Amino acid sequence: MVNFAHRLKISNDINTDYIISGRYKFKIQNEKELAKHIFEDLEENFYKKIKPGDFLVAGKNFGCGSSREQAPVALKASGLQAIIATSYARIFYRNSFNVGFCLVECETNYIDDMDELELDLEKNIIRNVSKGVNLEIKPIPGIMKKFLEKGGVVEYFKAHGGFEEII
Amino acid sequence: MRQTIAEKILSEHCEKRARAGDIVIAKVDFCFGQDGTSGIIIDSFRKLGVETIFDKERFCMVIDHSSPSPNIGVSAIHDKIRGFAREQGVKVFDIGSGVCHQVIPETGFVTCGDLVLGADSHTCTYGAINVLSTGVGSTDLAITLASGENWFKVPETIRIIVNGDLPKGVFSKDVILNIIGDVGSDGATYQAVEFYGEVIDDLSVDARFTISNMAVEMGAKCGLMRADRKTMDWIKKHSIREPRPVEADEDARYLMTLEYDLSDLAPQVAMPHTVDNVCGVEEVEGTPVDEVYIGTCTNGRLEDLETAARILKGRRAAKRVKLIITPASRNIYLEALKKGYVETFMSAGAIVNNPGCGPCVGTHQGVLADGEKAFSTANRNFKGRMGNPNAEIYLGSPATAAATALEGRIADPREHKRRLK
Ligand code: SF4
Repeated sequence: MVNFAHRLKISNDINTDYIISGRYKFKIQNEKELAKHIFEDLEENFYKKIKPGDFLVAGKNFGCGSSREQAPVALKASGLQAIIATSYARIFYRNSFNVGFCLVECETNYIDDMDELELDLEKNIIRNVSKGVNLEIKPIPGIMKKFLEKGGVVEYFKAHGGFEEII
Repeated sequence: MRQTIAEKILSEHCEKRARAGDIVIAKVDFCFGQDGTSGIIIDSFRKLGVETIFDKERFCMVIDHSSPSPNIGVSAIHDKIRGFAREQGVKVFDIGSGVCHQVIPETGFVTCGDLVLGADSHTCTYGAINVLSTGVGSTDLAITLASGENWFKVPETIRIIVNGDLPKGVFSKDVILNIIGDVGSDGATYQAVEFYGEVIDDLSVDARFTISNMAVEMGAKCGLMRADRKTMDWIKKHSIREPRPVEADEDARYLMTLEYDLSDLAPQVAMPHTVDNVCGVEEVEGTPVDEVYIGTCTNGRLEDLETAARILKGRRAAKRVKLIITPASRNIYLEALKKGYVETFMSAGAIVNNPGCGPCVGTHQGVLADGEKAFSTANRNFKGRMGNPNAEIYLGSPATAAATALEGRIADPREHKRRLK
């Protein structure tokens, strides 16, 4: 299925405070409500642009900063299918797959705002339908893929009683 | 055996030889959450369907980020934390205890050679006392609560050697800001850092915490130091647990080695809105500020307060400045009282908050107005960090902060050289 790409005005070092401000992480317990405030400090009403299945596209070091899990939770609840960025900060990377949200690593210079994209995790490519090019993505580590399949680490852990099987 | 500190500590905790790049399951010595992350830890733990946590001596929660509670929502979370603690029989450091990253080492929960997880990104702080400690999200922490372990990717290690003799007025905060400015906000992503060199050897353990605390600001998983005499003395004073100091092998394999000579370093400032946007103080000197904040897990320790008190003694902060000072723990607060620092601060026109995170994360106790500029001793200056996206935050040492408070403009602490130790 083809979906749209959304780019923020800044591309690199998008921190978790930008994703969801510390003002809300204590206040709002409802995921859908939280999702209304994503990237609010960078662009008002950003969430309104997102249709289910869309992509957010960024540069390097996406998700740096605090360990707040509300960041991937809010992104997932906003309807985004995945983030596409050149690199991610460590804690955010773990948190996202832990909550069953997909992160894709690839060169993003060739994706413009509102390009139409299709993600293929089998072939490890993103088809940029608007530009007629295929972009290669870094394969998602096996352990992360298993979490995604189950919908998150909690579901995985419950089903398997631990991690032994993936090592 | 060619192993780095991180490889050794992980090997010991997974009972096999861990090499950079491996994925291992390791047992965790201690883990914790704070009030911003514990709510989800508890929810995720419940979802796992496990009744009791793996070991009630190896987990605690610290109410520090919004403490005491500024609103009903936070009060509910605090209440939930206290309830869970009663149910599981675990320790809560309640309001007024201090910031988790001071309280936990100070209370002796961690010791050399430990593997520690915290649901807070600055958990890397205890690398300064030879602990492999790193931040994770709440659900990751819940997994550890249920099982006593977690999965780890064994990190590559970058070795950073800091030599020279720091000039007067230049502190460990300036050292780490300088390094972050050099390597960038993602210069060590997914990797461990080991710090060595004359500068590190000369620093007190308190000052070393400042450096390890900020390792995550260059993306690192942990910022490790070896345990020397000072470390062992510190540990003996605070922890009854047996330390297991870990050194890297001489021929350990490093991803790279960076060397610095900082004998001529000037006080450093991180300008808005990223921590790696670093310059010498002279470049921003004279910038008017509205709030000065001295505290946090980076620079709210006794030594930091002493430095600020030396500069502020007998003087008053500039009229335009709100000067807010937050000791990192109750013990530090009590010491600061005994030594007269609190009196110095109050006489200088400061507000001395209860121990905790203070205004660091923008939930209370000093939220900035639109267009205001703050000078803070914290570790992050992201847009909106102190509660307002239309404000600006500069970061620097407690000395630079105190000098700035006096002027009402960013100022060079070396002008107060004679007052400094
Ligand atoms: S003082 Fe600031 S950086 Fe440290 S734990 Fe508290 S909020 Fe986080």
